[in-house]
Amino acid sequence: MIYREAGQFKTTYAADQAIFPILQDRIFVALAVVGAFVIPVRFANEYWLQAVLIPFLIYALAALGLNLLTGYAGQLSLGTGGFMAVGAYSAFKLASAFPALNIVLVFLLSGLVAALVGVVFGIPSLRIKGFYLAVATLAAQFFLIWLFNKVGWFVNYAPSGTITAPPRTVFGVMVTGPDAAAGARYVAALAFVAVFALIAKNLVRGRVGRSWMAIRDRDIAAEIIGVRPLRTKLLAFAISSFYCGIAGAELVFLYLGSAETLAFDINLSFLVLFMVIIGGLGSVLGSFLGAAFIVLVPIFLTNVPHTVGLNLPVALAKQIELMIFGGLILFFLIVEPHGLARLWQITKEKLRLWPFPH
Amino acid sequence: MSAILEIADVSRSFGGVQAVQKVSVDIPRGEIMSIIGPNGAGKTTVLNMISGFYHPDHGRILLEGTDITHLAPSEIAKLRVARTFQNIALFSGMTVLDNLMLGRHVLMKSGVLSSFIYWGLAQREEVAHRKRVEDLIDFLKIQDLRRRPTGSLAYGLRKRVELGRALALDPKILLLDEPMGGMNQEEKEDMARFILDVNEEWGTTIILIEHDMGVVMDISDRVAVLDMGLKIAEGKPDEVRVNPAVVKAYLGETKTSEVRHG
Repeated sequence: MIYREAGQFKTTYAADQAIFPILQDRIFVALAVVGAFVIPVRFANEYWLQAVLIPFLIYALAALGLNLLTGYAGQLSLGTGGFMAVGAYSAFKLASAFPALNIVLVFLLSGLVAALVGVVFGIPSLRIKGFYLAVATLAAQFFLIWLFNKVGWFVNYAPSGTITAPPRTVFGVMVTGPDAAAGARYVAALAFVAVFALIAKNLVRGRVGRSWMAIRDRDIAAEIIGVRPLRTKLLAFAISSFYCGIAGAELVFLYLGSAETLAFDINLSFLVLFMVIIGGLGSVLGSFLGAAFIVLVPIFLTNVPHTVGLNLPVALAKQIELMIFGGLILFFLIVEPHGLARLWQITKEKLRLWPFPH
Repeated sequence: MSAILEIADVSRSFGGVQAVQKVSVDIPRGEIMSIIGPNGAGKTTVLNMISGFYHPDHGRILLEGTDITHLAPSEIAKLRVARTFQNIALFSGMTVLDNLMLGRHVLMKSGVLSSFIYWGLAQREEVAHRKRVEDLIDFLKIQDLRRRPTGSLAYGLRKRVELGRALALDPKILLLDEPMGGMNQEEKEDMARFILDVNEEWGTTIILIEHDMGVVMDISDRVAVLDMGLKIAEGKPDEVRVNPAVVKAYLGETKTSEVRHG
């Protein structure tokens, strides 16, 4: 960075274990969070909020959830879309069954439901690992989507099979439903992701996060120091699904407004997994970078020909966009297989020594 | 002296192979006990049975009079039995500090909810345990490696960090599986010194598997010798050294009167 930690000595272990041990980092992050709450609401237009920032925040939350499971605990999952669907459908059922219930509570409770479902589908992880576990979690994906499609109860027997976000307020401000302003929905999504990013950071720097990483790195050694494998893995599934469940509820309530099961199909699972891999496995920051990459780059690529005055046929532009997007993913993975977060860390270390090479 | 660990008549076979047959060893409290024997003698199997990876087919293992024969590894860790592995099993993606903190996992309590908040209960606990871990870092002289991922360390240092992780449990019994395997003379001497210091400073009982006879004879209080899954000798290093059965196991049928110093 342009600043260095020179002269910042720690005199307590508590200070040494802070999330951001360097003062300038703390100031920067605090400013960034405040800025994120204030600036877009005042200055961004409807398009930016609705098409870019809100999906980015929601995907970031889902990626955070999957990163806890796959990046930290080392359990590969392709059931993310399914767990997000559980959150969405639970939120819909809860909101329609208890209209007086605060929407924040609805989200948290749907997260809990998703956590329970996640635990059930996490049980095979005791016996199967790696790619085989990924295939086993596919069962969750397909079963859950099938369930929500087949059982009318989940959509309150709506003939269209869609769930819609009912109008609800928080502190007197409409945050869900057709009349909710994009700014309000943005702030709601941001508040959730900010709080849960902090919680994730707390989890991974303490005893729980260490036990996850122990299972990831060497499960036999983890057992010998007293980490109980099943319990630890199921906890990772629970918390990961909790995050994904809330993200799923947000996807319908804060972003799409109404959705069918198609919104939660296997593509969504892959999308979130790509975010985690590109952003960086085992990194909270990486979840955000990965979500930003996947959400922003296609939008950027769509708009580039326009801004430089190139009038390509729409279909051709779309094809080129996909090709460049794929190329970029390959490029970043070759440059740094550990993701954008690692790239950022290396940049920081290089700048720290700059202008000296070592 | 009373035995802290009693291995009574344990047997274990894998398929048709009798890895360990009716082995009984009492490990006296506060001593350094070495288990030696040629390759495939069943030494590591004995260690794996103590730490709960395998359970004996027959026989019992008692820790301070309590039967631990069928406990899971994580439950045995709770009883303060720590170990290291023959081919280092550190958490390579994590820092030295995190590896050592993990060694204290069972001594810590903070669960999910207190970890959510962190400030308060979880932080106090982290700091308290960090103090003990820092003592160990000083003891093992690895202060400069605190923030290094263990995967990036040299072999000898990784062995040392793994010892540190085992010590972080404040173990009653420390099981060391070839702590000096693959080391050069200087590193071996360092490691031997650490083992002796641990034993003297904290009175930790140590069970050691090692192939370097020089080290074994120097630092052990007692030595048990296994061959083909059977215990063929046990006693003080000097007694074992001249035991004809031991000589035979190591050197074959000869007239040699002493095990060659290795």
